[in-house]
Amino acid sequence: MSTAPMTAYPTPPEALPQDGMSNGKFGIGLMIVSEITFFGTLIAAYVFYIGRDINPPYPQDVLEVSIAPFKVLFNSVFLLISSVWIWLAVRAMRKGRMGAFIFWWALTVVCGAEFLVGTGMEWYDMIVNDGVWIGTNLFGSGFYTVVGFHAFHVTMGLIVLTLILILALLGHVTPRNVEKIDLVSWYWHFVDGIWIVVFSVVYIFGNQAIT
Amino acid sequence: MRLAGDSEVSTLETPIGPATGRPPFLSQLHEWVTTVDHKKLGSMYVVCGIIYMIIAGLEASMMRWQLAWPGQTVLTPEEFNRLFTMHGTTMVFFVGMPILLGSANIMIPLMIGARDLAFPRLNAFGFWLFLFGSILLYFSYFGGQGLYGMGSAPDVGWFAYAPLTERTYSRGHSTDYWILGIFVAGIGSTATGINFIATILGMRCRGMTLMKMPLFVWIMLVDAILIVIALPPLAAAQIMLLFDRLLGAHFFDAQAGGSALLWQNLFWFFGHPEVYILILPAFAYVTEIIPVFSRKVIFGYPLMVAATVAIGFISLGVWVHHMFSVGLSPLINAIFMASTMLVGVPTGIKMFNWTATMIGGKIRFDTPMLFSIGFLCQFLMGGLTGIFLATVPFDWQVSDSYFVVGHFHYVLFGGLIFGILAATFYWYPKVTGRMMSETLGKWQFWLLIIGFNMTFGAMHVSGLLGMPRRIYTYQTERGWDLWNLLTSIGVIFQIAAFTLFAINLLHSAFKGRRAGDDPWDAWTLEWSTTSPPPAHNFDEDPVVYSRRPLWDLKHPEDPDWKYE
Repeated sequence: MSTAPMTAYPTPPEALPQDGMSNGKFGIGLMIVSEITFFGTLIAAYVFYIGRDINPPYPQDVLEVSIAPFKVLFNSVFLLISSVWIWLAVRAMRKGRMGAFIFWWALTVVCGAEFLVGTGMEWYDMIVNDGVWIGTNLFGSGFYTVVGFHAFHVTMGLIVLTLILILALLGHVTPRNVEKIDLVSWYWHFVDGIWIVVFSVVYIFGNQAIT
Repeated sequence: MRLAGDSEVSTLETPIGPATGRPPFLSQLHEWVTTVDHKKLGSMYVVCGIIYMIIAGLEASMMRWQLAWPGQTVLTPEEFNRLFTMHGTTMVFFVGMPILLGSANIMIPLMIGARDLAFPRLNAFGFWLFLFGSILLYFSYFGGQGLYGMGSAPDVGWFAYAPLTERTYSRGHSTDYWILGIFVAGIGSTATGINFIATILGMRCRGMTLMKMPLFVWIMLVDAILIVIALPPLAAAQIMLLFDRLLGAHFFDAQAGGSALLWQNLFWFFGHPEVYILILPAFAYVTEIIPVFSRKVIFGYPLMVAATVAIGFISLGVWVHHMFSVGLSPLINAIFMASTMLVGVPTGIKMFNWTATMIGGKIRFDTPMLFSIGFLCQFLMGGLTGIFLATVPFDWQVSDSYFVVGHFHYVLFGGLIFGILAATFYWYPKVTGRMMSETLGKWQFWLLIIGFNMTFGAMHVSGLLGMPRRIYTYQTERGWDLWNLLTSIGVIFQIAAFTLFAINLLHSAFKGRRAGDDPWDAWTLEWSTTSPPPAHNFDEDPVVYSRRPLWDLKHPEDPDWKYE
């Protein structure tokens, strides 16, 4: 058996470089894929149950699609626009402008927090005034599960965003970390993107009188 | 890269054996608990899987004792229900999954010439979630009805059909333990699946293009993709069931408009890909073993890749064949019957490629090869009865009978477990540095072949004679006596076989012959490093030019890369 190192082959064929994408991007990308299948299942169940309720209140009695402060459209605008702010934050960091990064990042946190507060107020209204809770009927079960899991993901994202904000204010986040910060922004974009689907299904598609 | 024969490095890197004195027990334990090394985590996965295999095997043996003769009273009906639930759940989630994750954990970085997985700490996280998830399930034996109610395990079957799992019919918390134990372990498996994909796509050594990867790695890549796609839907379905049980939601509550059928759809949307998640690793093992012991290149490498990807795709669209007897529309049944039969095509391609690899080879009948050939024969039978069952009218006739039980044991036991045994004999020398006993291995193989076919072959007959699955006893005039007795006698042979296996595993760890780096004269990268490999795997980053880098190394006059 030869003990020559492999590099000593006669006329080695092409030695190809590795693929370009970093492990982190693969990791977060695939996590988002698994999250999509998770939400996909919950949303499929929600769609399956639209119009099958046998007890009121029905969605159209309860859901109020309104742009008024702290109503769902208002909150959605805040959440969706936060994707722009986080994109600007990462862009600022790529250019090494940490002040601008902190500004846009903080704005993202504020918008995300507004969404959570708005969701909380909507839930309070539904539970106290309309008397819909998860055990009330099928609509309640589906609504609080789907919207609740989305809100849970927003909360997790907010915790991470806030931690990074604190670390940035303390000077522990530098432009050298931009690739990792970028990955956090991928997650946030996912949370915003899935809200478009949840909103369309729950507040538009499922919010019509089907009896 | 280290090469076979450089013994001075191997003495430095072998773990400290008894001769050189062991570090104190506590520091060793600390090392294992805090490790992020893929080889140690993989070994722990496999060891835990084997322990659970013994537990689940004993559960099955108790059921066979009860069913050996008609009208036995060894077990109460309640105990019987718990045993088949725990047996199935354990075998799928805590034997199949950890052993496949463990073997991939150990082998993927070694085969692609990497230092470790892409995310070593995530890997450790996945392992500990699996372990605590499994402990949570088994804790139900103590906590299922609350400690004062003397606990009990879940008794709803491994696919936990609604509405049997609803609060009304399943009192206490045993079903909650089933949900949470699998949920927790499932998160770990998903994380590890993500880890595998990132590792395979991003960390291959120089020169290893996708089409130069060992087929083991290819198959595990498809397997990991299935894990990432199929496990989260189960988690979502379990969340809904948990909310039904604990918060009073109505997802699967038919009285409130909910649908028990939805649970079946969601469970099998996970459950059928899960079957392929379990069997693909067995394909991966034998695809590595058969060429080495036939002394030939694998037949039809590109076709093997294509067939693997095709199986992955098709497996996501066949789940309704578990629900033919529910009463769905003929159109839906026909569509899923066709898609199920379609799986036979890529699987058939694989069977032909394996046999074509053996034809004309200089076959060495060492234990790994014996188990691989056993795999081919048993899995073929399981596959053929699978085609029977895909035919809707036949499925109606034998649905929920022992025929089905016999079928899926041929696939999962004859397929997966035989594959696992082949892989254990093949890679044990690499992981421990010592050979397993060939004599014990061959005794185990023949005992298992006899016991396995006796047990599960007879099940087909009792099933065709009308014996339903999951019954705890039966009357004597049914004509099932002989077949049940045969089934139970087969278990004795299997217990003997697995006892030999346990003895072999333990004895060889201390007294086995030293293996050296490359005991099988194999061709993939893991055999180029020491046995066991050092923590950093390779002293030099390997560079590969063909699918068989070690062949190139051993035969510089006739390297593979001239032909690929």
